[in-house]
Amino acid sequence: MSSSDVTVDGLKGIRPGREAMTGSNHVREGQPGKRRRRRGGRGSMVPEAEFSSYYGRPIVKEATWAAPDIAGYLFLGGLAGASSALAAGAQLSGRPGLARPLKLGACGAIYVSLAALVHDLGRPSRFLNMLRVFKPTSPMSVGVWILSAYAPAATAAALGELSGRARALTVAGSTAAGLLGPAVASYTAVLIANTATPAWHDGHREMPFVFVGSAASAAAGLGLLCAPLRENAPALRLAVIGASVEMAAVQVMERRIGIVAENYHQGRAGKLMRTAEALTLAGVAGALTRGRRSRRVSALSGAALLAASACARFGIFDAGLRSARDPRYTVTPQRERLQAQRG
Amino acid sequence: MSPRAPSLLSSVRGHGDPAADSGYPDHPPRVGFFTDTSLCIGCKACEVACKEWNQVPEDGLNFTGMSLDNSEGLSAETWRHVAFIEQRKPIADSQTNMQRGLATVIDLALDGAPAQAPSLPRLPASAQDGRDGDFRWLMSSDVCKHCTDAACLDVCPTGALMRSEFGTVVVQEDICNGCGYCVPACPYGVIDKREEDGRVFKCTLCYDRLGEGMEPACAKACPTNSIQFGELDELRERAGRRVEQLQESGVEDACLYGHDPADGVGGDGAFFLLLDEPEVYGLPPDPVATTRELPRMWRHAALAAAGLLGAVGVSVAGRR
Repeated sequence: MSSSDVTVDGLKGIRPGREAMTGSNHVREGQPGKRRRRRGGRGSMVPEAEFSSYYGRPIVKEATWAAPDIAGYLFLGGLAGASSALAAGAQLSGRPGLARPLKLGACGAIYVSLAALVHDLGRPSRFLNMLRVFKPTSPMSVGVWILSAYAPAATAAALGELSGRARALTVAGSTAAGLLGPAVASYTAVLIANTATPAWHDGHREMPFVFVGSAASAAAGLGLLCAPLRENAPALRLAVIGASVEMAAVQVMERRIGIVAENYHQGRAGKLMRTAEALTLAGVAGALTRGRRSRRVSALSGAALLAASACARFGIFDAGLRSARDPRYTVTPQRERLQAQRG
Repeated sequence: MSPRAPSLLSSVRGHGDPAADSGYPDHPPRVGFFTDTSLCIGCKACEVACKEWNQVPEDGLNFTGMSLDNSEGLSAETWRHVAFIEQRKPIADSQTNMQRGLATVIDLALDGAPAQAPSLPRLPASAQDGRDGDFRWLMSSDVCKHCTDAACLDVCPTGALMRSEFGTVVVQEDICNGCGYCVPACPYGVIDKREEDGRVFKCTLCYDRLGEGMEPACAKACPTNSIQFGELDELRERAGRRVEQLQESGVEDACLYGHDPADGVGGDGAFFLLLDEPEVYGLPPDPVATTRELPRMWRHAALAAAGLLGAVGVSVAGRR
C-alpha cells in the first residue's frame, strides 16, 4: 500500500543535486566543526588561538544590565565611597573646605546610584526583596547591605554639613560613611568579577585594585574641582596614589588575562579605556604643575580625573559585554586551562 | 515518582547531594537528565512539549540559516534547544557497520539468504570519491544543567533561585525582582531575562510534574529516548555503559559531558553524551562556577578597601 518515493538511491524521480547540502550557503566564520586559526590581537604576548563554536554564537549570556544604570553606578558608587573616606579624613585633619563638597558630592552620588540600581531592576516595585536574605555568596546581596548602612551615614554627614546643626550626629555620620566608603568602592569589583563574563571574571584578582584606584582618583578629582587651593593638597596626593594604583592594576590585569585583554583594546571599550588613561595623565599632570597655584587649572584637572574615572568604568563595563558576545573568549582560555591540567 | 528515602550512595558521597546541603534532611533521590545525543533525530518534540507544558510564550518565528536550528539557543523563552551541526566528517566505523547491516537486510530481502561478503549499498559517486562525501549531522537537545554548584543560585540576591528537594535549581517567580545577576553568572549561558516581563526564566526540570511523580515533559515526548530522565546515580551508570558500547562499535568521538562530580560545577544534574568537542555544540569546554573564586575576590576587595583607607590617611597626614 505504501506509495513512498523514498528509495535507497534517494528520491524517485526528483533527485537533489549531488552537491546539495543544507546550510552550504552559510559557510562562514564560526561554521561548526571548522577549526580556525586566529591571531591574538596583540601579537607576541598572545599565543595563536584555535577554537570551534556553534555558528559563532556566544556561549555565555551577556549581562542584561543597562550601561547608563550599572556602568553609571560603578562610577558614582566609587566616587561616593572614596569621597566619604576623603571627607572624613579632611574633617579630622581640619580642612572643612575640602570636606564639605566631598560630603555633599558623596550623598548626591549615592542617591543617584540607588535610583539607577532600582531603575535597572526588571521589577522595580520588588526592590525590597533584596532585603529578604543576606548571602555572602552574592556580592549583590552583600552590596545591598553595605549600601543600607552607608547611605544613611552619608545622608547624616551631608545634612549636618548643610544645616550646621546636630554636630555630634554629623561627625558620627561622616566617620561612619568614611569607614564604609571604601567597602562601597571595592565591592562593585567583586560584583562584576563574580560572573562568567570573561573580561570581568578573568581579571578578578586585579579588579578590586582597579576599582579603588579609579574611585580614589575620582574623589580626588571632586576635591580638586571644588575645594579651595589652600586645602586641596590631600586631594592632589590621593589623585597621584589613585591614578598610579589604577593604571598599574590595569597593566597587570591585561598581562595576565591573555587573549581576553583584547576586549579592553578594541571597539568602544578600547576607545573609552584609552580616553580614560589620557584624561588621568592630563589630570594628574595638570594638578601637579600649574594646579598648585591656579584655582582654574586645579578645577580643570579635577574635572579631567572625574571624567577619566567615568570613562574607565564605562570602558570596563563595555569590555565585559563584548567579551561575552564572542565565544572565542569563553572557549580559548578554558581550552588552555584544560591543556595545562593535562600537562 | 514518589519521594523516597535518600539512597545510601548519595548520603555516603557527601559531595553531589545538593538537596541535603540546602537543608532537606530527608529528601527524594536527586534526579536529572541524561541526554544521549547519539540517539537524537532532531525532531524538536522536546522543544514543543516544553513550551506547551510550561506555557512558555512564543518568541518570534525566525529563519536563521543555521541548518534546521531556528530557535538559536537557550533563553527565557526556550528551555530545551535542539542544536544542528553539519560536518564534513565520517561517523567513524559505525557507519560502515550500519551500512553493512543494511546491506545484509537488503540482500536477505532480495535473495532470501545473506551474501557471503555483504557489499555496501550504492552510494552517490561523490561519496565514493573521498572526503568530500563524508557527511554527518549532529543533533543535540540542550537544557539547563541543574549544576551541583550552581552559580545562578549562589549570586541571586533575593533568594528567588532555590534548590528543590529533588536537587534541581528553580526560580521562584513570585520573588524574582529581575536584577539579572544570574544571567551573566551562568557558565553555560542558560538563564535569561524576559524583557517584557522583567523577570528571569529557565528550565524547572518540570518541578510541578516531579511532585506528581511524572517525568518532565521533554523526556516524556522524546521519541528515541535521547532524553532520559531518572535518578542521577543510575543515569551516570547507564551513561558510562552507553559510551563504552559506542566506542567499542567504532564511534571513537563519543564522550560524556557534565557527568563528573569533580568538574568545575560539581557535576551537572543534566549531562550529555556528545560526539564532538563541547564547543561545537555551543557548550563551554571547562565551565567553572564563578563563586569558586569568590573567597579570593573578597580577600582582594578587603585588601583594596583597606588600601584606600590607608591612602586617604597618608594624603591627609601632610601639613599643607
